[in-house]
Amino acid sequence: MITLTDFLVVGAALFCTGLYVILTKHNAIQVLIGIELMLNAANLNLVAFGRYDKLNNGGQIFTLFSITLAAATTAVALAIILNVYKRYKTIDPNKIDELKD
Amino acid sequence: MTMEQILFYLMAVIAIASALYVAATRNLVRSVFMFFVTLMAIAGLFVLCMADFVAITQVVIYVGGILVLIIFAFMLSGRETLSNLQHQSKFISISKLPALILAGLFFIVLLNIILKGNISGLMWTEKAVLTNNVISAKDTTIDNIGVNLMSNYLLPFEAISILLMMALVGAAHLSRKERSA
Repeated sequence: MITLTDFLVVGAALFCTGLYVILTKHNAIQVLIGIELMLNAANLNLVAFGRYDKLNNGGQIFTLFSITLAAATTAVALAIILNVYKRYKTIDPNKIDELKD
Repeated sequence: MTMEQILFYLMAVIAIASALYVAATRNLVRSVFMFFVTLMAIAGLFVLCMADFVAITQVVIYVGGILVLIIFAFMLSGRETLSNLQHQSKFISISKLPALILAGLFFIVLLNIILKGNISGLMWTEKAVLTNNVISAKDTTIDNIGVNLMSNYLLPFEAISILLMMALVGAAHLSRKERSA
């Protein structure tokens, strides 16, 4: 029998990997991938707890909402990244350090 | 060891190993494709939590939508930045040490909370087991999700639909070509 703890440990490992990706990568798209990884780890926790809620399905429905929000985030973030690339010719977050003059 | 456990450990190992590969690799395109493997393995873990509808949604929206968008952005943002970046990032460098320490310590903290919190014996989960409120492998959850989405969770559902429309209009506005400043 798989217990709740196993799922939470996997979620914690994925979350910390996502944190590491966000902190180290020099590419805005890879930072976005790290954010998605962290969101997925949180979704895994929601779904694992949602198993104990057969009547209301709280965990599963909020996972659906969070997947939808992730899709909206990605669409807007990629549009912003493409605009940043057009203006600066780079997508390294460390090098984008000036505002529109 | 039952079949369920074997599948769980297989999926967990695939998910964590491919996530680590995403974090460690120098090749950016390869990391995007390994992220695809991570998402698939997480969908498999969702199935093992008896959330089959969420797993299908994960595959359709993440793999079919978000990942294709990310690959699109990769191709549109030019090859010279990609090759430029690949030379700079070394596998082990001193600048990555703080991030490694932070992520490792955070993992230890989370692990401590999970292991000391007695998660498997929480009061409300035991009550759910007693009142037969646990999703078993034989249940179909999809019709219940649909009914709940249209009754209990109607307000968040409508709010999120408006937010999704606003986000898509905003994305279309951001990525349009500027004619006259």
